[in-house]
Amino acid sequence: MNLGRFAFIVATIAILMLLTIAAAGGSLSPTLVAVSMLATTLQVATPLTLGALSGVFCERAGVVNIAIEGMMLTAAFFGFIFSLYTHSIIIGIIVAVLIGGLLGLFHAVLSVTFHTDQIISGTVINIMAVGITGYLNRQLFFEGNVPHAPGVTPTIHIPLIADIPVIGKIFELQPIAISAIVLVFVTDFVLFHTTWGLRTRSVGEHPRAADTVGISVYFMRYMNVIIGGMIAGLGGAYFTLESVPSFEPMMTNGRGFIALAAMIFGNWTPLGSWAAALLFGAAQALQINAQYFGLPIPSQFVGMLPYLLTMVALTGIVGHTIPPASDGIPYEK
Amino acid sequence: MNSEVVLEARGITKHFPGILANDHIDFDLRKGEIHALLGENGAGKTTLMNILYGLYQPDAGELYVKGRRFTTHHPSESIRAGIGMVHQHFMLVPVFTVAENIMLGAEISRYGIVNHRYAEEKIRRLSKEYGLAVEPTALVKDLPVGVQQRVEIVKALYRQADILILDEPTAVLTPQEVEELFIVMRRLVERGKSIVFITHKLKEVMAVVDRITVLRRGRVVGSTVPAKTDEMQLAEMMVGRKVILQVEKGLAHPGQLVLQVEDLVVEDDRGATVVDHLSLEVCSGEILGIAGVQGNGQTELVEALSGLREAVSGQVIFGDQDMTRKSPRRRIETGLSHIPEDRRKHGLVLTFPVADNLMLCTYYKPPFAKGIVLQEAIIEEQAQKLVQQFDIRTPSIFVPTEKLSGGNQQKVIVAREFSRPVTLLLASQPTRGLDVGSIEYIHQKVIEMRDEGAAVLLVSAELDEIMALSDRIAVMYKGKIVATMTAAAATREELGLLMAGGTVAGEEAPPTAINA
Amino acid sequence: MAEQTVNDQEGQDSDQQKESLPSQLLQEIAIPILAVFTALVLGAIVIYAAGGNPILAFQGLAEGAFGSKQALSETLVWSSPYIFAGLAVALAFKGGLFNIGAEGQLAAGAIVGAWVGYALPGVLGVNIPTPLHIFLELGLGSLAGFIWGAIPGWLKAKTGGHEVINTIMMNYIALLLSSFLLNGPMKDRSPYNVIAQTPEITASARIPRIFAGYRLHWGVVLALLMAILVWWLLWKTTVGFEIRSVGSNPNASRYAGINITWIMVLTMGLSGLLAGLAGAVEVAGLNYYHTFSFNVGYGFDSIAVALLGKNHPLGVVLAALLFGAMRNGATRMQFLTQVPVDIISVIQALILLFVAADAIVRWVYHVKAPREELVLTRGWGH
Repeated sequence: MNLGRFAFIVATIAILMLLTIAAAGGSLSPTLVAVSMLATTLQVATPLTLGALSGVFCERAGVVNIAIEGMMLTAAFFGFIFSLYTHSIIIGIIVAVLIGGLLGLFHAVLSVTFHTDQIISGTVINIMAVGITGYLNRQLFFEGNVPHAPGVTPTIHIPLIADIPVIGKIFELQPIAISAIVLVFVTDFVLFHTTWGLRTRSVGEHPRAADTVGISVYFMRYMNVIIGGMIAGLGGAYFTLESVPSFEPMMTNGRGFIALAAMIFGNWTPLGSWAAALLFGAAQALQINAQYFGLPIPSQFVGMLPYLLTMVALTGIVGHTIPPASDGIPYEK
Repeated sequence: MNSEVVLEARGITKHFPGILANDHIDFDLRKGEIHALLGENGAGKTTLMNILYGLYQPDAGELYVKGRRFTTHHPSESIRAGIGMVHQHFMLVPVFTVAENIMLGAEISRYGIVNHRYAEEKIRRLSKEYGLAVEPTALVKDLPVGVQQRVEIVKALYRQADILILDEPTAVLTPQEVEELFIVMRRLVERGKSIVFITHKLKEVMAVVDRITVLRRGRVVGSTVPAKTDEMQLAEMMVGRKVILQVEKGLAHPGQLVLQVEDLVVEDDRGATVVDHLSLEVCSGEILGIAGVQGNGQTELVEALSGLREAVSGQVIFGDQDMTRKSPRRRIETGLSHIPEDRRKHGLVLTFPVADNLMLCTYYKPPFAKGIVLQEAIIEEQAQKLVQQFDIRTPSIFVPTEKLSGGNQQKVIVAREFSRPVTLLLASQPTRGLDVGSIEYIHQKVIEMRDEGAAVLLVSAELDEIMALSDRIAVMYKGKIVATMTAAAATREELGLLMAGGTVAGEEAPPTAINA
Repeated sequence: MAEQTVNDQEGQDSDQQKESLPSQLLQEIAIPILAVFTALVLGAIVIYAAGGNPILAFQGLAEGAFGSKQALSETLVWSSPYIFAGLAVALAFKGGLFNIGAEGQLAAGAIVGAWVGYALPGVLGVNIPTPLHIFLELGLGSLAGFIWGAIPGWLKAKTGGHEVINTIMMNYIALLLSSFLLNGPMKDRSPYNVIAQTPEITASARIPRIFAGYRLHWGVVLALLMAILVWWLLWKTTVGFEIRSVGSNPNASRYAGINITWIMVLTMGLSGLLAGLAGAVEVAGLNYYHTFSFNVGYGFDSIAVALLGKNHPLGVVLAALLFGAMRNGATRMQFLTQVPVDIISVIQALILLFVAADAIVRWVYHVKAPREELVLTRGWGH
């Protein structure tokens, strides 16, 4: 991650925080507001981080994945439904991850085997996600007799870190949020230090070169897109099993696309994507906190902030990014 | 010389839709020899090698490696049989290090974690053994092409290849690098490796190989050894008729100044200065050839001249008009014609019919358009005329241009660019990848343009082409013109030296340069 | 070809060109028809699995869509926004751009159209004669769509920011902006109104109906005219030549002197204009006011319409009629069989799937692939 982009992210988050502190006025201590803001940021950045990591796996292997949104939405729905009927959040999360993997497999079949334009293939998944979850949601909930939701994942008190005075509060997180942070570092290690990562990157950069030395381009692409799908599925679980214990149609609200932008802004690296996800998360945290503290701007305008920031990030004003050379190009033998 | 046959092809036949690429080809390679596979573009050399390498399946015929029947469905099977291939377009990942590229697919790892240090040591050992200097930790994209090629060879050796196939390996090298490559090739065969050397360059064949097999239109037309033949005879075998190796052209009659480039600075996409305070002039009625190894700023220079890339500073003047900040269209309208170096990417809209590609620069002008309405009848009439005039072989003017052969695609570009009044022609690699017939045709057209009074700036990686066509030659090295001379005064050796960044004896003798 | 003197590329095929026109046409429409058919079959299975009667359901669907004059009128009314928005997406595709932002552009057109319709006479303090008022309403509404579309186009051309993400971001911004306006400055203040909607537009701003007693309005005719206009623009004018050229090969277009920045902005702008017109016409011809979320779903559906229509204006009109018929017939279907309206979304998604991934349909029905390939936007285009 280049320095300019890093500085941009830090500066923007700082400005957003100052805005919140200003909004809170003198009524609350600035430290308290800042801590609350950072805690919210880490929380709401979770689906963005996971979505971006999903994109990193797919696109490093050369498959553009704009289906993250649809994968998250579908996973959120099915994870929720399964948690309802099994009364187990854990089963819900597992189902969400599997559904994500299944959609990843579907995306791979379309784009790797059938050479469908990858952006179209992703759009198909997004549209089907809206249609199917909307349809099933209405079907199920109009029939009534829906069991009570088992609630959301508990906050985990990590010893030592959570005991740090004042800022320890920031790290009182729920399990999916924690696993997102862990996955950032795992992904980084896998991608840059293992055989798997080397091969994954080679099929994303120069698939023919990989093929000529005996690496199966299709296998690598399939596996990485499925892994990416599973990570997006975990991101989906955040919405219905960690954030709120309910499902609403289209509740992902474009987070999948913002995650994708975070991946681009992070230059297709796990750490960079995480930083960008935190930036967009901070914008969203401002919105949440602004409502809470009563910022004198209509909430809709504050709500536009993550979307506007995404567009600004994509302009490349702050550092030009370079995608993997064969990203988006179907491989034909 | 009657040693063991390590590789043999018998009766290899391969059809593609509409063409017989390989027609019962017999070919054998002996241990410790360099065997040239000679033929022009499209003769079927690459098809044959791709069959050996498992990329294509032959329709008929058999392969034998060290006497045993051999079938291959994938490059990895060929690698296992000891066949290593150095492709014309390198199979290297630019953003990977040398070591990563070499070990890819055969990584040295533990629990899936790559052991970089061990791999690097192994590569250093190999490179010392064969005298192929490569630095394992360098990024491939930062290396000159000559070194990248060495990486490819080391990559094959790392996989224990003892049969090496080099596909047009000299195309991207300077004459000096070619010499170095030949030394490496000789060293490899001395150590028991065997090499298939695919090329269409006669001089190189005569210089380095033990045996020669000539292909033409998918068939073997003859086999010989360098001692029993000469360039003229080989050329005739290759093309199937007498070939004039020299382009016929009269003396140039340079007129007034047409293109003036002053102190031009251009950056590439990454922001590096690739054209560095460059100045040059071209007059009407003359051809200025830019010689230079690819990647020394020629592409960016041409893009700056045609308006596709913004100059950082300096001036581009056409006649008496300053064009430095003008749009491509403005330049085209003042008489610029342009044959781009990548015809499929930059020259043609391949999905468009031939007629539309012929009109790509003039569709908006009367009589082809009235206001914004296209005048289809007139466009079609003009397209028909050009197809005839330039002898473009196409079923009709409504066929998508991608259906045409490479030579005919290039003719579509030439027809389009030459059918307007031309005062300045930028020709960038105008004959790359074409067969001899098309090359002769394009050369002849370029000279016609000159004789009609156009100023021609020719950029080519083929030194032969530069020397054959140019009236004056400028050598470009690291973004600068390092020397300009008349074509008559230029020698291959001198140009080669300048292209490699040397200086010519007499100016200032560099330690290694020997007087040519 | 008797003598192939000039060939260098191996694997060129030369004279497979002379196929008869009917067979070419058949090839063109075979995939869309098979895609629709397959989607309907799968839809029937879904209905059956959910305990419904697919035959009865499809019968209801057909009755609801075509069973009476009233039904036909309604089908056409439903189709009109699909035609506009489908043309919008198809036009952008022709220019090599993927406009997922029809939703937002439509909203922009509807908002501005509604404002011109209910507020402009008051602001100017005059009564605007009907033709002029409608003209202003549709004109300014489509201009809003133009701007909403041109912004991502400009960002793509100037900065490489991908239009797929940017148009989606613009959708959300439009949604929030609508929410603000319809709950705030533009909200109908009458004491009977409790929801986010504008006041009704004045009588002078309403597109007249064609037949008394039917909702079919002249806006539908305008949609058909637009299809012809788009066809003419794309294939008969220099602008269309430039759009298609940039869409097929931006590099070569630049070499040939085409100003690709301008063409990208223009293409996305015109695409947005058509989508904006969809919104304005819905307000002026059908609803007479704008309400929050009347347009949810048109953005995605229009992608399906464009792809099903193979990005050709005539194809788009036919696909839009199909989608309009399905949406319209769905209510009757639900009434007859209790199969929920939402099944239509599933069938439409399946249609899109089979059209987009036509390789699947070819594989199922053993249809040979023509050489032509739908190359849209690949990668991030940096």
